[in-house]
Amino acid sequence: MGKLIVRKKFLLTGILITVLLIGGITGCSNNGNSVNSSANKNNSTVNNSENTSQEAEQETQKISLLNVSYDPTRELYVEYNKAFAKYYEEKTGTKVTIDQSHGGSGTQARAIIEGLEADVATLALAYDIDEIADAGLLEEDWESKFEDNSAPYTSTIVFLVRKGNPKNIKDWDDLIQDGVSVITPNPKTSGGARWNYLAAWGYALEKFNGEEEKTKDFVQKLYSNVEVLDSGARGATTTFVENGIGDVLIAWENEAYLAVEELGPEEFEIVAPSISILAEPSVAVVTENAKKHNTQEAAKEYIQYLYSEEGQEIAAKNYYRPRMESVAEKYKDQFKEVKLFTLADKFGSWRDVQQTHFADGGVFDQLYEEINQ
Amino acid sequence: MKKHKSHGGEPKGIKIILIGISVLFLVTMLILPLALIITQALGKGVRAYIEAITDHYTLKALQLTLLATITAVAANTLFGITAAWCITKFKFKGKQFLITLIDLPFSISPVIAGLIFVLIFGRNGLFYGLLEQFDVKIVFALPGIILATIFVTFPFVARELIPLMEAQGTDEEAAAASMGAGGFTIFWRITLPNIKWGLLYGIILCTARAMGEFGAVSVVSGHIRGKTNTLPLHIEILYSEYQFSAAFAVSSCLVMIAVIILILRNLVEWKAKKSR
Amino acid sequence: MAHKNSVVPGFRLTLGITLAYLSVIILIPLSSVFLKTADMGLREFIDAAFNKRVLHAYGVSFISAFLAASVNVIFGVLLAWVIVRYDFPFKRIMDGMIDLPFALPTSVAGIALTTLYSENGWIGSQLSKAGMKGSYTVFGITIALVFIGIPFVTRSVQPVLEDLDKGIEEASLMLGATRSQIFKKVILPELLSPILTGFSLAFARGVGEYGSVVFISGNMPMKTEIAPLLIMSKLEQFDYEGATAIAIVMLLVSFIMLLILNLLRRRTNKFLKE
Repeated sequence: MGKLIVRKKFLLTGILITVLLIGGITGCSNNGNSVNSSANKNNSTVNNSENTSQEAEQETQKISLLNVSYDPTRELYVEYNKAFAKYYEEKTGTKVTIDQSHGGSGTQARAIIEGLEADVATLALAYDIDEIADAGLLEEDWESKFEDNSAPYTSTIVFLVRKGNPKNIKDWDDLIQDGVSVITPNPKTSGGARWNYLAAWGYALEKFNGEEEKTKDFVQKLYSNVEVLDSGARGATTTFVENGIGDVLIAWENEAYLAVEELGPEEFEIVAPSISILAEPSVAVVTENAKKHNTQEAAKEYIQYLYSEEGQEIAAKNYYRPRMESVAEKYKDQFKEVKLFTLADKFGSWRDVQQTHFADGGVFDQLYEEINQ
Repeated sequence: MKKHKSHGGEPKGIKIILIGISVLFLVTMLILPLALIITQALGKGVRAYIEAITDHYTLKALQLTLLATITAVAANTLFGITAAWCITKFKFKGKQFLITLIDLPFSISPVIAGLIFVLIFGRNGLFYGLLEQFDVKIVFALPGIILATIFVTFPFVARELIPLMEAQGTDEEAAAASMGAGGFTIFWRITLPNIKWGLLYGIILCTARAMGEFGAVSVVSGHIRGKTNTLPLHIEILYSEYQFSAAFAVSSCLVMIAVIILILRNLVEWKAKKSR
Repeated sequence: MAHKNSVVPGFRLTLGITLAYLSVIILIPLSSVFLKTADMGLREFIDAAFNKRVLHAYGVSFISAFLAASVNVIFGVLLAWVIVRYDFPFKRIMDGMIDLPFALPTSVAGIALTTLYSENGWIGSQLSKAGMKGSYTVFGITIALVFIGIPFVTRSVQPVLEDLDKGIEEASLMLGATRSQIFKKVILPELLSPILTGFSLAFARGVGEYGSVVFISGNMPMKTEIAPLLIMSKLEQFDYEGATAIAIVMLLVSFIMLLILNLLRRRTNKFLKE
C-alpha cells in the first residue's frame, strides 16, 4: 500500500513538474517580450498605415526604455529616471518606465552588441559606444548628435586616502614613492581604470615635457606600486574601503565622493592632484533598438533632458561636474579646483589610445611585462 | 550500519584527534564564512535586515531565481533518468565517451558556459536571424538564464543515478520484460522504487546548485533590474552599491534556503537508510 | 546491434532522447566556441592561447586548483572517515554542511572569504601577525578553491567507505596486521577510485572557477591573474577570437582529464573485481 502511494506521489510530482516546465517556458517568453511585442504591434501599425502611427503611439500611452549604463552611475540614474518620468508624462501624457542595467562599461557595450536591447547607452567612455556603432546599431557620427560631444556631465580622476593622509599624498609624484601602496582597477577590464591610467600618463607628459621614455618610466613605477588590480572600479573601491588594502585609491571623482559619503567621512579624505584628465562619459541613443521598440522620440528626449537644468542639477548632486554654467556656479564649492586636460589634448582619439595603450601587447602590457622581470 | 561501532574501533585518542581536525577544518572553511555573512547581515539591525529581504527588487529576483531553478531542475531530472537508463541498462560502444560528455559541464568554467549561449543566440550568433523572425529572445531574457542554469546543473541527477543503477544491474528489469511488461511499467514498478532516494538526492543537489549559480547566468542575464536579475546577481549589485549589509542579508536568505534544502537532503538520506 | 544482450526495452528511445538533449544543451553551444576560433589562423591561435601572460595565468589556475584539490583529498577522506566511522554530537549537521559550497553563490563565497582573509578580517589579521598574507595572493586563490571543492572528494569517498566490508579489516586485525597496514593495504586500494574521481572533479571545477576567485585574487598580471579572468578581459576588448582560444585550451584540458579519469576508474574497478 505504502509503496503504491509513494509511486502515485511521484507520478503526480512528475506531472506537476512537466506542467510547470511548459508553463514556465511559454510564460517566460511572454514575459520577456511583453515590451517588444507591444512595440512590435505598433510597428506593424506603422507599416500598415503610416498616418495613424501618431495615434497608435498615443493610444499606448505607456512606453518603457532600457538604459544600459556602467557601474558608478547607479545612484545618478535612480534619481534622474524619476525626474525624467515625471517630466515626460507632463509634457506628452505618456507614462514612461525606465529599466536600468549596470555593469562594467565594456561588458555592457558588448551586451548591447550581442543583443541586449538597450534604447539608450550611457557608458564610461566614447570607445565603448564607438564599438556599438561599429556593430551597426547606431550612427558613426553619434558624438555630434548631442551637445558637448554627447557627454552631458563630466568627471575627473582624484585620489582617495585614509583620514589624516598618513602617507602625505598630494600629487601624482607621491604615488611613485617607495612604500606607497596604490589601488586602481585593471585598465584592460575597466573603463574607469583607463581614465586613471591616462590621467597619470598625461601628468607625466606634462612634467617631462612630452618625453615618452620618462613618461613610461613614471607610469611603470606607479603601476609597480599597485597592490590589487581589481577587475572593475567598484571592486577597487571596496578593496580599498572595506578590506583596508592600500594607502591611496585612484578613482573617479564622483566615485570618491560617493564612497566618502556612504562609507564614512571620518575615515577617508579626497585629495585632488594638480593636473588631471577631464573624463567625459558618453551617452547615445541606440538607434536601431529604439526604432524596433518605436521609442526613438522618448529615447532622444531622455538624453536631451540630461542637459536641462534639472538634469544638470541631479548630475551635480551625484558629484558629476555639470556642463551648464549656472549649475556649475551653484555647485562650485563642491568640486576641488584641478587643472584639467582633455583626451584630445594629449592623446587624440579613443581608437588611437586603445590601439597604442590597451590592446594586447600595447604599452600597458609592456609595462607589466617589465615590472615582472 | 550501527552494529559496527561496538567493536573494532580505533583507539580513542586517534578518534578524538581525527574528529578534532575535521571540525577545525569545517569551522575555518565553512562556518566562519557563514558566521561572517550573518553578522554582516545583521550589522545594521533587524529592521534593516527585514527591509532588505522584502525589498521589491529582491522579491522579483527571488521569483526569477525560483522559476529558473524549477525549470532547470525539472528538465535535468527528466534527462538524468533517461540518460541513466540508457547508460546502465544497455551495452554499447562509446559509453565512456557519453559519460564523459555528461560530466563535462562540471569542469567547464561558468564564464565559458555563459559565453557559448551568447555566441549562438546573441545578435552575432548563428540562430539570431531565426529567433528574430519568431520574435523570441533567448539571451538577456529568461530563456537564456534557464539555459545557462540547465547547463551548469546538467550532470547532477544523471551522475547520482548512474552508479546506483549500475550497481542494481538489470536482472529485475529483464525478468519483468520477459514477462511482457512494457518499458514504462518496468520503470514505474521496478526501477523507480529502487532508485527513488538517489533520485531525490540528485534533485536536491541540482536545486541547490541551480539557485546559487552566478558566473554563467551573469554573462547571459543583461542585469536588468527587476527583470533579469537573479538573486545571486542581485546580491552582487547590492554589494557594489555599497549596501553591504543588505547584500549580506539577501545572501543569508540564500544560505537559509540552502540549509533547508540540505536538511531535506539529510532527511531523505535518513529515510533511505531506514528503508534499506 | 550492440544492445542485443539486453531484453530491457527502451534503448532507442532513451539513447535518442539523451543524445538530443546533450546536443541541444551541450554540444551545439560548445561547437560555437570552435567555430569562432576557426576564423583565426594557427599562428594567431597560438599567439592568443599561449603567449607569456596567458601561460602564466594557466599556471596560476592549474597550480592553485591542483593544490586545492590535493588539500581536499586529505580533508575529504578524513571527513568521510569521521562521518562514516565515528559517532559524535552534531555529526548529522556536519554531514549536511558539506554540500553547502554547492548552494552558496560563488560570488557570495568570494566576498565572504575575501573579507575573512584580508588584513583586517578575522583570519587575515591572525595571518598577518605571522607575516602571511591571505587575500590577494595565490594562497588566497587556493583557499577559495578549497572552499568550492570541499564536497567533491567527501561525497565520492563516503558511499564507498560505507559499503566497505568491515569483516576484512577485522580479519586482518586478528591476523596481526597493524592499523596503518590495514589502512594502506585494505582500505586505501578500495578508496583509490573514488578519491581519483573526487580529486579530478574538484580540480576541474577549480580550474574554471571565476565568481569567487576574482574577489580574492587581486588580479595582478603575471602574479595572481587566473585564466577565466583573461577570457573576461579579452571579451572586454571585444576580442572574441582571443577569448575563445583560451576557452578552447581550457575545455580540451578538462575534457581530456575527465576522459582519462573515466577510463582509469573503469580499469581500477575491473582490476579490483578480478
